[in-house]
This record gives sequence, C-alpha cells and structure tokens, in this order.
Amino acid sequence: MASESENEKQSGAREVTRRDFLNEISIAALGVAGLGAAVVTYNYLSPNVLFEPSMVFRAGNPDLYPMNSVTYLQDQLVYVVRTASGFYAVSAVCTHLGCITQWKPEANMIACPCHGSKFKSDGTKIEGPAPKPLPHFAITLTTDGELQVDKLQTVKADQVLKV
Amino acid sequence: MVNGKWLMARALRLAIYHLTFAIYHGPFFVALLIAGADDVLEAPMATTPMEEFLARLRGTRVWKSVFRRGPARSNRTRSLAVFGNIFLHAVPAKVREKSLRVRATYYLGSITFFLFVVLLITGIMLMFYYHPAIPQAYRDMKDLRFAVANGVFLRNLHRLGAQAMVAAVFAHMFHVFYRGGYRPPREFNWVVGVVLLLVTLFLSYTGYLLPWDQLAFWAITVGTNIISAMPVLGPKIRFLALGGNLVGENALLRFYVLHCVVLPLAAVVLIAVHFWRVQKDGGLTVGEDDVIPAKAGNQPPLDSRLRGNDKGEHGRKEI
Repeated sequence: MASESENEKQSGAREVTRRDFLNEISIAALGVAGLGAAVVTYNYLSPNVLFEPSMVFRAGNPDLYPMNSVTYLQDQLVYVVRTASGFYAVSAVCTHLGCITQWKPEANMIACPCHGSKFKSDGTKIEGPAPKPLPHFAITLTTDGELQVDKLQTVKADQVLKV
Repeated sequence: MVNGKWLMARALRLAIYHLTFAIYHGPFFVALLIAGADDVLEAPMATTPMEEFLARLRGTRVWKSVFRRGPARSNRTRSLAVFGNIFLHAVPAKVREKSLRVRATYYLGSITFFLFVVLLITGIMLMFYYHPAIPQAYRDMKDLRFAVANGVFLRNLHRLGAQAMVAAVFAHMFHVFYRGGYRPPREFNWVVGVVLLLVTLFLSYTGYLLPWDQLAFWAITVGTNIISAMPVLGPKIRFLALGGNLVGENALLRFYVLHCVVLPLAAVVLIAVHFWRVQKDGGLTVGEDDVIPAKAGNQPPLDSRLRGNDKGEHGRKEI
C-alpha cells in the first residue's frame, strides 16, 4: 500500500479504473438531476398566475375626490390624497410588518393598529417602529380622464399629478 | 339533573382519555405481554382465566408466526422479544434503574411525545370537518365550535395540547441542557432535538393560520413580513410560503399541507431517529455518576455490547 501511494505521488495522478470513472459519472449525473429537480420544484411552487387584486387599477374620476382629502381604497390598500397642488397615491400597508394602516381625520394622521406607527397624510413617518415612510405609487390620468394607480411603480414623494 | 346528552359527552371524553392513555402506555404493556410477564413474575402455572387464555394464545401458530419466539424465560429471549419487533424497537431492551426515577427525566420527553400523539389523533379528527378554503375554513371552525358533537372538545384539546407541547419541548430541552445531555456521545441527538424544536414551532405557526380569523390572518401577515426582512432570499421565501404576495387562498392551502402532511411526517421520522439514538448513545443521562470512566472495569460500552464490538467507534467516550 505504501509503495502504491508513493507511486501516485510520483506520477502525480492516480490510475482511474472503469469503476472509478462510472462512479464519478453516476454521482455527477445524480447531482445534475438533483439540482434540476430542485429548480423545477422551485418553479412549480412559484405561482405564475395570481388571483389577487391587480397591481394597476383605475381609481375613478378626479372629481370624486374633494379638495384636501384623504380617501382610503379598501380593495387596493391605497390612500388617494388630493391637495391644492394635485393628486398622489400613498400605500396603506405599514412599512413595519405589513398591517393595514388607518386614516384618522380627527388626528390628521395615518395610524397603524398593530404596533402604533404614525404617519402624516403624505406618508412621512411621525413615530413608531416603522423603519420607512409609506411609499408613493405612480398615479396618472387615462385618456378617458380617470385616475390610474400603478402599485408596481413607486415614485418620489414630491411627484404629484396636477389635474 | 343528569341528561342523556351530558352522559354521552362524558362517556366519550372518558373513552378518548383512555384511548390516549392506551396509546401512550400501550407499547410497554405489549412488551410485557410478549416478553411473558407471567414468566417473569415466576407464575409458570396458568391459574387465572386470563393467564390461561394468554398461555393458549402464545401457543397458537398465528402467534408464533408473528412473534417467532417462545416464552421469554431469560434476559436474552426477553431482549430478543424487543429487538424482533419493529414497534418495540424504540423501547430499550434494558434500562438502568436510575433512568426510570422521576427525578432522572421528570418524564419531560415522554410528556412531549404523549402530547404529540394527542395532537396527531385530535388533528386527524379535526381534518374530517375542515376545508382549507376561504370562507369555508372559518365556517368549519365555527361549526366545530358550536354545532359538531364534541367538536369544541377536540378543537380545544388540539389547541391547548399544541401550546402544552411547545412548553414541554422547552422544559425538556432546558432539562437536557442543564443535565449536560448535549455532550458527547449525545451531541448528534441534541442536534436532532433542536431540529425537532424547529419542526414543533413551524407546526405551531402553520396551524395558527388555519382558523382563518383576524388573529390568524394578521399573525401570518406579520410573521411572513418578518421573513421578508431577511436579505436577498427573504422576499422570495415569503412569496414561496404564501404562494403569492398576500395571505390568501394559496397561503391557507400551503400552510394546511405543511401543517397536516409535510411537518408531521418530518416530526415522526425525526422522533424515530431521536428515540433510537437515545439507546445508541448509551441511554438517558441520569446525572453526575452517569459517566462510566473508560478505565474502570472492562465493561465495553453499552452500544458495542449490543452490536458486537466494532473498534469501539460508537462507544461511550469519556466526558
């Protein structure tokens, strides 16, 4: 045994028998198959079609929203805010752990019932465990004059839609 | 006032209590039966009708075909009765007397396992009425609470049993930790135990969504948002766990499958490994004098004694 290992060291390579070769090929094939199985399982478990409310939605005619108002759209979890400068859309989902916030007109703020985060109507944080302000979503006017909100697109807070 | 319905409910509860008791203690009674408890107790003559019946039963061809051995008159045959039976395999053929004392373990592991069996039984019972769909899930839960006979009993047993099991797991782990049961040669079994703790917690968490009430919904919303706080993989894992971006139909179904199939199967397999390793690692930790120094006596480690000495690789090491 000792001389054999010395020979190996000298030649720098071990003789590969047919059995070694087949073993390694089999292990490699199993590895590839396992990896493939993991990938297709991951793909299978990630749904391609979601039966959830659409991320892009119409929010009706701008005239529906009075001046200086905050309107909560329950199905979309979005506040549509109208100020003198224009319209913007603020997420109603708390940036802390995803609870649904509530607009409190009497206190003039957005409050989260779960852990007490508080925000101004423009989404900026007043206090609470929430790490970030509520994001603004892109809001546009359709050709037939309706508001359209795209929740996939977040915009800067100073971006407002003038109607 | 004693009415019929009350008596029925009472009888059923007693029956369930005895059933769970029988399942918990069953293996030990079966072990005694197969090992021939009457022989152990030095009563070779069948005197009572029950003993007579058992003696005749052990003589039948069917009994012999199933158990393949005669009366257990020696330690060896008694051990073989345990080894030769798949169900008794988890039960050690020999235990140190010390490990049977209450103070040795406070039966914390056994209590955990007992609660797990209770949860399996009550969980299967609840599955006969529950649909993992919206809004049927919440209605079924209400149905179980208010309309199904003894439904509230089973549901509460499942819920309280689950809470008790989490508590029991922690108590068991604290006990093992402070006894030093995690040290070699039991370090692998400690790791199996930690995985079992995680499985228990995941079972608790996935079960929490199933009533589909406000508490369930927001607990899972908050919990899965905690997952997505994990860098890079977090949002992907959340999406995969919920089967979407919101806690909805897909999430309910996924949690149901995890709770009723995937996690219980994992738990059963790991529990089997855990129990088996208790024996292979030299039995329960019973205290300071548990350690057998390698030099004292020529007793080979328990493990090698049972399987033939294989270079002592798996034997007890000095701590």
